[in-house]
Amino acid sequence: MPRPRGGSRTSNTAPRPFRGSSRTPWLYLAPALVVLGGLLVYPVYQLGLISFLEYTQAQVSGGEPTTFQGFGNYAELFGDAEFWRVLLATVVFAGACVVSTLAVGCALAVLLTRVRALPRLALMLAGLGAWATPAVTGSTVWLLLFDPDFGPVNRMLGLGDHSWTYGRYSAFLLVLLEVVWCSFPFVMVTVYAGIRAVPSEVLEAAALDGASQWRIWRSVLAPMLRPILVVVTIQSVIWDFKVFTQIYVMTGGGGIAGQNMVLNVYAYQKAFASSQYSLGSAIGVVMLLILLAVTLVYLRLLRRQGEEL
Amino acid sequence: MNLPRARVRRPWRLAAEASALLIAVVVAFPLYWMVLSAFKPAGEIESSEPRPWTLTPSLDSFRRVFEQQEFGRYFLNSLIVAGSVVIASALIAFLAATAVTRFRFRFRTTLMIMFLVAQMVPVEALTIPLFFLMRDFGQLNTLGSLILPHIAFSLPFAIWMLRGFVKAVPEALEEAAYIDGASRSRFLWQILFPLVFPGLVATSVFSFISTWNDFLFAKSFIISDTSQSTLPMALLVFYKPDDPDWGGVMAASTVMTIPVLVFFVLVQRRLVSGLGGAVKD
Repeated sequence: MPRPRGGSRTSNTAPRPFRGSSRTPWLYLAPALVVLGGLLVYPVYQLGLISFLEYTQAQVSGGEPTTFQGFGNYAELFGDAEFWRVLLATVVFAGACVVSTLAVGCALAVLLTRVRALPRLALMLAGLGAWATPAVTGSTVWLLLFDPDFGPVNRMLGLGDHSWTYGRYSAFLLVLLEVVWCSFPFVMVTVYAGIRAVPSEVLEAAALDGASQWRIWRSVLAPMLRPILVVVTIQSVIWDFKVFTQIYVMTGGGGIAGQNMVLNVYAYQKAFASSQYSLGSAIGVVMLLILLAVTLVYLRLLRRQGEEL
Repeated sequence: MNLPRARVRRPWRLAAEASALLIAVVVAFPLYWMVLSAFKPAGEIESSEPRPWTLTPSLDSFRRVFEQQEFGRYFLNSLIVAGSVVIASALIAFLAATAVTRFRFRFRTTLMIMFLVAQMVPVEALTIPLFFLMRDFGQLNTLGSLILPHIAFSLPFAIWMLRGFVKAVPEALEEAAYIDGASRSRFLWQILFPLVFPGLVATSVFSFISTWNDFLFAKSFIISDTSQSTLPMALLVFYKPDDPDWGGVMAASTVMTIPVLVFFVLVQRRLVSGLGGAVKD
């Protein structure tokens, strides 16, 4: 890749950090901006556009002209009780996943600091294993573990041939367990790395002042770890809000009669199973707006911490 | 964290260590069961009295996976896709992170906020427009249709994360390099790049995983040419909801999980310190 030599204006002096020619940063940024523009910004624009059009199989194959619908698709979507049911399920499910993941991850991060090298390594490796497991694989393995006929879990709990995927809530619970299993290690490793970066004098001082473990966590560690906690919370919200693979694989595309549908699966089914591309896009726009709102909250939190972007 | 050792009393530490080990066993159990089931002979998997061991391990399930399906090919496809994404996004993100941390220019903050916002875009929601984009460029049913979007989606996070690593390289080092007569590109590739490399590794874990795991795009963009399939789709061939071939599914899952595990174990140390570095700044 060709690199510019600081530009002609600075040719008599060496290029200086932070004040190169104004072209250089843009040259460095160019590949990223091209890729993001073509494959992220343009598709977002297209998504918005399609959501305002009548766009079904007939338009895709060119049989009928595309017509502008205005907010027609959104009116149809918001008038559909199923949409609200799926939206509520998504928010509750994602919320439960985030809370469980954070609780497990933080608790285990603290536990990691309390033990010697060997148990720490064991837990770390097990966590990395769960983290590394691809979502598809994790889903099938958990299905086998909880299989009514051949799974060890029902045998251990003495549940006979109880089917976990039959009931709405037990199916959601099963997916939640898998999601927490594969996403708590990220929280654990990140928070653990953060705790280790806290100077030990601070903790010693708190301990000398007679603070309990819980008090140390709440009054010393948690505030110092706030930036990290904000990052892992936001990441978890984003990941859990758009869970697709686990739901799709574990509940067979959204559960019996769509009882385990979340927004992502709903959009996919609308678009690719029933060719209602415009409705699928409208659902995508709704998701985009919700996550954008989360992002704005995140930005405000960062700003309040006075972090420089 | 180095709490004074005396503070943590012995019985408590032993209890903590026992629970840490127990939790490690529980967390590792699904993976153990996966590998175990892959090696169990057919009769033992489909048994109503599942045992946590097998006395007669067999390779039948693996044989079935590799013979019935062109699993080797799908494996290679997945490797090509994930490898291309990791390398391309690491290089592009490195350049971009350098630009936003080591230069002051107009719109810099705006750009950073845009990268942050881009990170939040639910890429799954873009499946529909990307499907038409790929169709218009004749990329459907090619590995390119998986590589290109994943480069784009891993970039914002990679840039955001690398920022801390690039920032950590002292400015004095850069000045010294220029005084010694190094050109900007020489500084970039021979000094900055090696220093930021641990960060690149930590970042590439995320792009590798999200690409290797990708199921939605593989399902949506590789619609008819199965020779271009990647592992997730190939695996699900064995999983028919009514009559799953558990042995085949678990053997395929094992094959799919091992490369990621190896990759993780290799970069484990850098990952922990990398995440610490990224969030500390």
